[in-house]
Amino acid sequence: MNHNDRYADVNRSLSRRGLLRAAGIGAAAVASSPLLAACGFGGGGSSDGSAANDVTGKFNWKKYDGKTVRLLMNKHPYTDALKAHVPEFEKQTGITLKIDEFPESNYFDKVTLELRSRQGNYDAFMLGAYMVWQYGPPGYLENLNPWIKNDAATHGEFDPDDFFPNLLTAGQWDFKNGDDLGGGKQWMLPWGFETNTVAYRKDVFSKLGVKPAESFDELIDLAATIKRKAPSAGFDKMYGIAVRGSKEWATIHPGFMTMYSRLGLKDFAVEGGKLVPKMNTPEAAAFTDKWAKMIRASGPAGWTSYTWYQASSDLGAGKAAMLFDADIAAYFQNVDTPAAGKLAWHPGPKGPDGSLATNMWIWSLGMNSASKNKAATWWFLQWATSKKHLQYAATKQQHIDAVRQSVATSGEYKDRLSKATNFVETFEAVIKDTKIQFTPQKNFFDATTSWAAALQQIYGGANAKSTLDKLASNLEGRVNG
Amino acid sequence: MAVTAAPARSRDPGGPPAPLDTAPTVSRRRRALRPYLLAVPAVLLCVGILYPFFLGVAYTFFNFSDANPQPSFVGLRNYTELFSSSTFWHSVQVTVMFAVLATAIETVLGVGVALLLNRSSWVGRIFERALIVPLMVAPIIAAIMWKLLLLPEVGWVRPVVEGMGVPRYSGTDSPVWAFVWSVVVDVWIYTPFVAILALAGLRSLPRSPFEAAAVDGARWWLTFRRLTLPMLWPYVLVAVIFRLMDCLKVFDIIYGLTTGGPGDATTTLQINAYLEAISYARYSRGVTYMFILWIAVYVISMILVRYLNKIQSRAAGV
Repeated sequence: MNHNDRYADVNRSLSRRGLLRAAGIGAAAVASSPLLAACGFGGGGSSDGSAANDVTGKFNWKKYDGKTVRLLMNKHPYTDALKAHVPEFEKQTGITLKIDEFPESNYFDKVTLELRSRQGNYDAFMLGAYMVWQYGPPGYLENLNPWIKNDAATHGEFDPDDFFPNLLTAGQWDFKNGDDLGGGKQWMLPWGFETNTVAYRKDVFSKLGVKPAESFDELIDLAATIKRKAPSAGFDKMYGIAVRGSKEWATIHPGFMTMYSRLGLKDFAVEGGKLVPKMNTPEAAAFTDKWAKMIRASGPAGWTSYTWYQASSDLGAGKAAMLFDADIAAYFQNVDTPAAGKLAWHPGPKGPDGSLATNMWIWSLGMNSASKNKAATWWFLQWATSKKHLQYAATKQQHIDAVRQSVATSGEYKDRLSKATNFVETFEAVIKDTKIQFTPQKNFFDATTSWAAALQQIYGGANAKSTLDKLASNLEGRVNG
Repeated sequence: MAVTAAPARSRDPGGPPAPLDTAPTVSRRRRALRPYLLAVPAVLLCVGILYPFFLGVAYTFFNFSDANPQPSFVGLRNYTELFSSSTFWHSVQVTVMFAVLATAIETVLGVGVALLLNRSSWVGRIFERALIVPLMVAPIIAAIMWKLLLLPEVGWVRPVVEGMGVPRYSGTDSPVWAFVWSVVVDVWIYTPFVAILALAGLRSLPRSPFEAAAVDGARWWLTFRRLTLPMLWPYVLVAVIFRLMDCLKVFDIIYGLTTGGPGDATTTLQINAYLEAISYARYSRGVTYMFILWIAVYVISMILVRYLNKIQSRAAGV
């Protein structure tokens, strides 16, 4: 066979068109639906049979000796408190803990991608109630109730009734838009939390002769007064009130949602089985307008980039006289800052009917439903939320606020917090009315991020009513879609 | 390997290979298989690139989200919803304005800097090396760095801007200024890229036309307009294509600087895609945003590349 014959032979075997056709068929086959499913399309829900049922016999802390549990955690004082106590856990159970920590700015992106992958690289992770509304419906979370109720799997002193009831309820939901929290499934366990109250500089208040505001209008006046008078009273460049302002859901949930709820306002209502946005009612628009004007008049410059970190740092640095945000955000500013020892706490303005309705954030622990190590993971979860660990973490570390009533009412804990003026009193004043004030829904992050964007526009001078009308109109289709 | 002799080289370097003097002892089956084996890497590469792409396109026809874990086929609903959404059209407007403005400023400044650096001097040589520094900074880091500089309380931009007569500096609080600063950061990072490309072009231009123009006493502006710019244009256009494509896809700089705010003042198509797919876990809508952006980038780049080919052909006298 000569050279030309060989070429001809090759051409018969593989023409360019033939190669393309073969590749096309291959690509089409690859892109076909079975592979979509294999890639997570239509991801699996949680199975009916819980792995908790496989645990039988007498409870024993050493039952999973030699196992390893991997945690995906946010960089946080709570995580630091846990890390300080890890040797105790490993000694008690024989289980090794591997902890990966990420800063809050990209922590939830990591969690989402990990859960979406369904690989079970991490067994447990930190999350909040709002995340249950997103991670629960696709089946990423393990229902913890079968574990709690199994005596063979749970130690006798676990005592779930010891958690503040609203915190435990915040981890329960039936995944139906608009339905109240609660039900038979526990998607996370409370670990640490924060109420939203007003922290203020008591030295500034004393020098200016002012008192914490008892109503929203008083708060607006108070913030303006401080901004006007503080610089001439020796507090150079001090402004009135710090609150969050970045374009994210977290801007809505602390001070804004707390005040909004105290005025009796709602984010959504369920009408005809559908969610109807209510942030554009005349009352809600009037409140939002006042809130934006208060920040413009008495808040920080550069407010639209303010996260909890900037807002609380301004209080600690002596730039802000008040912070309407998480109580613990201010608590951490009461040490090793220019404002150290000068902070005091107050429940914040009441509603017209005296309401102290308060929104909260709960750092909870959840189990990845794709974990290959569920029993050992449950051993960790019940230990991390036990009275013993939480008492240690709250009194020897910075794990505040306490989610267990036994810890929150203990003398040691109260004694420790007594150094922070009115911290305990404020906590006790609002705890009864502290709960998730949002309407549970699957598109929470879209709704609240869009709400924050609208708030920024109003702060920039846009008309509150028309901006919120547009928001409500846009949201209605999206949250019910 | 059963090949016993190397193929003889053609006498004509550009011609076909000469017939072999000695036939290789390769079995017929293995010869038939060889082209397939040679094609395997290319096919794998194509599948590796095309599979995620086609998977993404397939997602756009479903209602796949975390809130709806059992998706169903929805046809063109994602597209019709986007095209009827003011959020989408606003982000199109922001994206186009950003891309056109940033590319135009970077091109003008980049070419200007290149012209200055083309004059051989020790200052030019120092700047030539310093020019590359912004390009070495990751865009997200540059955005965060600028965010700190722009903060009214701590950054040094406030006194400078207020010193220039701007009455109430508000950093990125104002929609207009947030957009302006986003463009400024992009220009800061990428003007050197255009300058380096333009400088390379300037240094590769033939000298004789310029010498002839100098002998004829042509002024600088005339030489620039009639000689430098037309000859440099293909290089500038390459830079424009790169920058325009990149600016249409901008994410990191704006997200790092403003998160797309205040409100939706700097929300581009990519930021909406990120919010939909990652923050709101509505994968199908997020991918639809990205696919529409891909089509736009593809069409625009094709038009520009065709134009580039045309002017290159014209420059080559074809």
